[in-house]
Amino acid sequence: MSKKISHSKINPPPEKEEHAPKITTDTSRRSFFRKIWGWVALAAGIELAGLSIPFIGSGRKKQTKEKSGNFTAIAQVWDIPEGSVLPYRSGRLYICHLKDGGFLAVSIKCTHLGCSVEWDEKKKEFLCPCHHSMFSLNGEVINPPATRALNIYPLKIEEGVIKVNLENPIQRKHYNKSQETYA
Amino acid sequence: MLKPEAMQKNLTFLLHIHPKKVPRASIRYTYTFGLGGLTVLLILLQIFTGILLKFVYLPSPAKAYDSILFLQNHILFGQYVRNIHHLDGELLIVLALLHMLRVFFTEAFHPPIRSGNWILGICMFLLIMFSNFTGYLMPWDQLSYWAVTVVTNMFSYIPLIGPHITVFIRGGADVTGNTLMNFFNFHTAIIPLTLLILMIFHFWKVRKAGGVAPPRTRQEEEKGLVPVMPDLIVKEVAVGLIALAVVFILAIFLDAPLRERANPAFSPNPVKAPWYFIGIQEMLMHFHPFVGAIVIPLFLLGFLFYLPWLHYPQNNAGFWFSSLKGRQAAIISGIIAFILTPLLIVADEYLIHFNRWFPSLPSILSEGLFPVLLYGFLFYLYLLYLRKKYRPNVNETVQAVFAFFLITYTVLSLTGLFFRGPGMILMWPWQI
Ligand code: FES
Repeated sequence: MSKKISHSKINPPPEKEEHAPKITTDTSRRSFFRKIWGWVALAAGIELAGLSIPFIGSGRKKQTKEKSGNFTAIAQVWDIPEGSVLPYRSGRLYICHLKDGGFLAVSIKCTHLGCSVEWDEKKKEFLCPCHHSMFSLNGEVINPPATRALNIYPLKIEEGVIKVNLENPIQRKHYNKSQETYA
Repeated sequence: MLKPEAMQKNLTFLLHIHPKKVPRASIRYTYTFGLGGLTVLLILLQIFTGILLKFVYLPSPAKAYDSILFLQNHILFGQYVRNIHHLDGELLIVLALLHMLRVFFTEAFHPPIRSGNWILGICMFLLIMFSNFTGYLMPWDQLSYWAVTVVTNMFSYIPLIGPHITVFIRGGADVTGNTLMNFFNFHTAIIPLTLLILMIFHFWKVRKAGGVAPPRTRQEEEKGLVPVMPDLIVKEVAVGLIALAVVFILAIFLDAPLRERANPAFSPNPVKAPWYFIGIQEMLMHFHPFVGAIVIPLFLLGFLFYLPWLHYPQNNAGFWFSSLKGRQAAIISGIIAFILTPLLIVADEYLIHFNRWFPSLPSILSEGLFPVLLYGFLFYLYLLYLRKKYRPNVNETVQAVFAFFLITYTVLSLTGLFFRGPGMILMWPWQI
């Protein structure tokens, strides 16, 4: 059964090389025109590319909003107990009140693949439902697969009012104390 | 009723897709299972239902979800057409995959004749995947929004250009109306057009190669050629009609899912990728995203593309698994993968914590390189065992290793589908 059948017999013969019939009456005028057509084809190609690439590109730029440096008032300092968070859903962030009294505006977006993290009040950590990353109150990774701390937003406190610039998320590798703002 | 000869005359043009006569052995149903033909049929059905849906669907975040509700609640057969389209899309992945597996396991990929079609096949398979995935976003519900967020984010782990690719695909920093427009255009124009062109190319190349690679083992019993009309055509039509009926009946009972309207502020728990990507998602649970989403898939894809040009001592096209020994090796490999993969998944979940053992190392090492080295070592042991037990040649090794990866991916997918509950924690299916 396992005896091999000679294979060459069953396979169709290898493809014949197909050649376009050679034009033997090639004159210099013909080859000149052929070259011209080649250039015209190239020009047509460039035209189409030149049309479509800016077309797609410019539409994209217009539809992304222009960034302003505006800060939005979100909460008051005494709204948030120490060691806890206040979710601000419409801005997709949490205001975190750290143990040492500092405040951070931490993005809701998991740095792994972008799901929204949830605050677990009992365990005092953020949990991502997608691949089970965990983050501490200051956004630092406790459990992979996420590889860097949650993004933060510029935050300032004026007369007890917490204001956040919602348009400029800041990427960071790790948490450090200098990122905090104090009341 | 037309006589076969008259029919043949009318169909002459269409019949160019087949030769006039084909080997009796190669039209045995249990050889090709009609998989390639069925894939074509389902693609045509997909175009048909897709065009119907386009009469109702509105591709903007504000209107998409409502237009689906309208489709389901107010259009006659609206839900049914959507069900067919949804089911058909998923069946297409299954059928195209099975078709490619048949081609692979009968070694019908050898150059110079069939290698081109192997490459085309991979490209068309990828297109079918992308077609499904871009379609996934259309309903703009929680399921689609978050699946697309997660998958498009994977690209951002490509070094240097990654983040730009993600922004380009999405048409912005997040999944927005721009993303929906992009996906809609790909889903309804770019992918189907490309697919159709590649399909025609594919048929032409099959025809040029002399039809399907005829099975070898049956050669002795079923000698000779049979006329395509009616022997093959009647078979094809029969199979096609049965398949169509099956899809139509199933679509009555299987409703295409529709969750709540997309909400960028809340991920549902758990978020799972569509089932055809869920194996990759499961890999992401165990590897650094650069490794799990980029390196490993690209490596495997490269392996598939390069497959026809390895140095094979023989061309065994038409033998299942290249030879009897190849079949044994493939089965053993499948079994090993079936046992090894779940063990590794559980071990990684509860025992192996490279990131905690080496907290000072960057995660690309502790979560990327170390798991890969560990897995590579086990894979090497498997290869040694294969060598010792079977002394396979290159043909047989390729069959066995492919079977190994196939089962591994299947197990990963099953784990992601049935053994991951809320928070992606491992649990038994009945606990979820
Ligand atoms: S997206 Fe958060 S863990 Fe993957």
